[in-house]
Amino acid sequence: MSVGAVEPAPPGSSHDGNPPAGLDHHRLGDGEAGGEAVAIGGSTRFVPGTSNRQVTIVNGKVELRQRLKDLWRNRDLLILLIRTELKVKYKNSVLGYLWSMLNPALVLAIYYMVFKIIARNHQPNFAIWLFAGLLVWNLFNNAAMSSTTVVVGKAGIVKKVAFPRELLALSVAGVALVLFAIQVVVLVLAMLIFGVHPAYEYLALLPLGLVALLVFTGAVSIFLSAVNVYLRDTQHLTEVLLMAWFWGTCIVYTYGQIFLSGFSKSHPILKWGQYVYLLNPITPIVMTFQRAIYGKTQYSYTSNHVTTIYHVLPTWGVGTFAALLGVVLVVSLGLFFLSLIVFGRLEGNFAEEL
Amino acid sequence: MGVAIEVRDISKQFKLYNERYTSLKERVIHGGKMPYTPFWALQDVNVDINEGETFGILGRNGCGKSTLLKCVAGILKPTSGEIRVRGSLAAMLELGAGFQPELSGRDNIFLNGSLLGLSRAEIEKRFDDIVAFAELEQFIDNQVKFYSSGMYVRLGFAVAVNVEPDVLLVDEVLAVGDAAFQRKCLDHVKRFQREGRTIVVVSHGTDTIRQNCSRAMVMNHGKVITVDEPGEAIRVYLADLLGVGTLEGSESGGIEGNVFHIGTVQAEHGGSGARDHLYPGESLTITAELDALAPVPSAIATIAIHDDKNELVFASDPDDPGCQMDVPVGGGQIRFEFPEVPLLDGTYSVSVGIRSLTETAVFDWKDQVTQFEVANPGRATGRVRLLPAVSFRHRSTGHTGEVPAVGPMVGGISGAPVAENIIS
Repeated sequence: MSVGAVEPAPPGSSHDGNPPAGLDHHRLGDGEAGGEAVAIGGSTRFVPGTSNRQVTIVNGKVELRQRLKDLWRNRDLLILLIRTELKVKYKNSVLGYLWSMLNPALVLAIYYMVFKIIARNHQPNFAIWLFAGLLVWNLFNNAAMSSTTVVVGKAGIVKKVAFPRELLALSVAGVALVLFAIQVVVLVLAMLIFGVHPAYEYLALLPLGLVALLVFTGAVSIFLSAVNVYLRDTQHLTEVLLMAWFWGTCIVYTYGQIFLSGFSKSHPILKWGQYVYLLNPITPIVMTFQRAIYGKTQYSYTSNHVTTIYHVLPTWGVGTFAALLGVVLVVSLGLFFLSLIVFGRLEGNFAEEL
Repeated sequence: MGVAIEVRDISKQFKLYNERYTSLKERVIHGGKMPYTPFWALQDVNVDINEGETFGILGRNGCGKSTLLKCVAGILKPTSGEIRVRGSLAAMLELGAGFQPELSGRDNIFLNGSLLGLSRAEIEKRFDDIVAFAELEQFIDNQVKFYSSGMYVRLGFAVAVNVEPDVLLVDEVLAVGDAAFQRKCLDHVKRFQREGRTIVVVSHGTDTIRQNCSRAMVMNHGKVITVDEPGEAIRVYLADLLGVGTLEGSESGGIEGNVFHIGTVQAEHGGSGARDHLYPGESLTITAELDALAPVPSAIATIAIHDDKNELVFASDPDDPGCQMDVPVGGGQIRFEFPEVPLLDGTYSVSVGIRSLTETAVFDWKDQVTQFEVANPGRATGRVRLLPAVSFRHRSTGHTGEVPAVGPMVGGISGAPVAENIIS
């Protein structure tokens, strides 16, 4: 049940304990939502009207706690939706799951070509740097892009079956998480091949970063999936905004290029600009991944016997990164709850809008 | 019995947009406001559905019955009011909703079952039952897109009924599959009833409601017209649907309004006077007094006979030219004459109606106004009096020893294959 609150039946509403004649139903699978099984004369009988059966209330209100409870109760469904999505996604394609590796690998190859060969970037192991950032970005981007159409695309279910529809948006984030895991495998292989050592002390931050990323992605997905039902522009707008967002995050360039060069340190706008820049919740997560996976905060490059040191990341300690991620997580949780409330308000009329 | 579903002051407003502006540009152009007409699909609906009850909802298209069901299921949210549902609930609004054509039947059972609220362990436990019920053992690992429509619907029904909910909502989906599967579905519904589960059925089919429901509600224009015994509710529904009477909100009146009125309906039979019942094969005459305020050319008289289990035994053919009549002002008497009634034991009720030739207007309809009883002095059982001619033929000689039918025989005759058998 997707709406309303569950409360135990008031004691006054249960009736006398005598089961009606002829009721001899052995209730199977008496789950959380089941009736009470009363043992009478050695056999278990299903007695309607005598149980503390759950009461579902449907009304116009949106109860956050109830929604969270419903989400938790339907976690099996979430996993199933993710699996379905993955199965359908690669069905009838020859390469199948290979695409989930091939796709980011090709994107990586293009960026690498452009920045390393055409733009003559000197950063060593630039591919690993790129990959660390893209890993985070792909998860967010994949989920946000597919979330806009997920409710509209599943109109058949949404109109005919009652279940917490937020799961559709969350399933999209789940699919992105699976693709993320596959890409991690590719990344680890690449690191072994190129002989790149991660910053081991920062690796412990990655789970926290991933959780923050998932909560934020979930919040955005839930919001977008609901809004697009009413305002179909959302999907087109999202595409453009994501593009801008991508270039506004230090993925293909380095944080140091903007904020840690000699020029920017003396420039007051850029000095304050970094605080604005860090307001983007994706940025601290991307930087954490880069810090842990790329392992270095600077590199040196010698040209014409002049050696220059380039800073790519700030020299923050583990604590600073953890604090930043903590802030992102708290903000994301807030956004998550907010998006659930927005979703709940909009959901009431999904069935008629679709 | 407690109350399974409590519907309190439920109203649901739909916004009927004169034109849909779903894109931002159009919204900006129209200043963010969209012209719409408020439409109240439900207005202050109040009803209590008891536990263990099979409750029917009748009404014309667009009367709000499906909207109410969707509100109870939680698919739509009411604009105001509250619904309380005790126990687990499953809704069968469309069979196989949410099937993924690309996936196998097996995967779809898990997906559909989860959508209906089952956990993975529960589905695993019921998986074999579901497959057996759907009769899809051989095809369960095939992609659903290769299923025939019958297989698709069977699988959908099998999953839905195996959810075993406390409250089951059904929206006109009982008529699926072939005859054998339909019987299985009906058996399942009957089992649900025996187990004391609550079923809510939305249907146009008055026979479905009459046979299965303990109570029924009639809706019109989003309002509850009546909640009553199925027979009475169907009478109200037919009157409403067919535009007779002055039901609240009904759009009738006008020319067909109450041109006709059927008065007393009586049954007369071959044994009238001597006994209350008639014997199988005797004649039966149903007479209905008809008042007419205006002359109506080509009115059609219809008659329907139900048995004591409310199953339809006979309904007259509306295209039968013999049922057409020109009725002058003042009216008269309609006579339905059955030279012989080939029915066995039982009490049969008679419904009589009068309708226009074009079927758009029904002038009047009297549901189960009178009844007659058939008492069978012989030992034949069943519903219909069939008179089989039974003969015996020797396998070798071809000699026939004919046994003339002198009266109704008991039951069916097993095709006596052994030569020594003697049929007496």
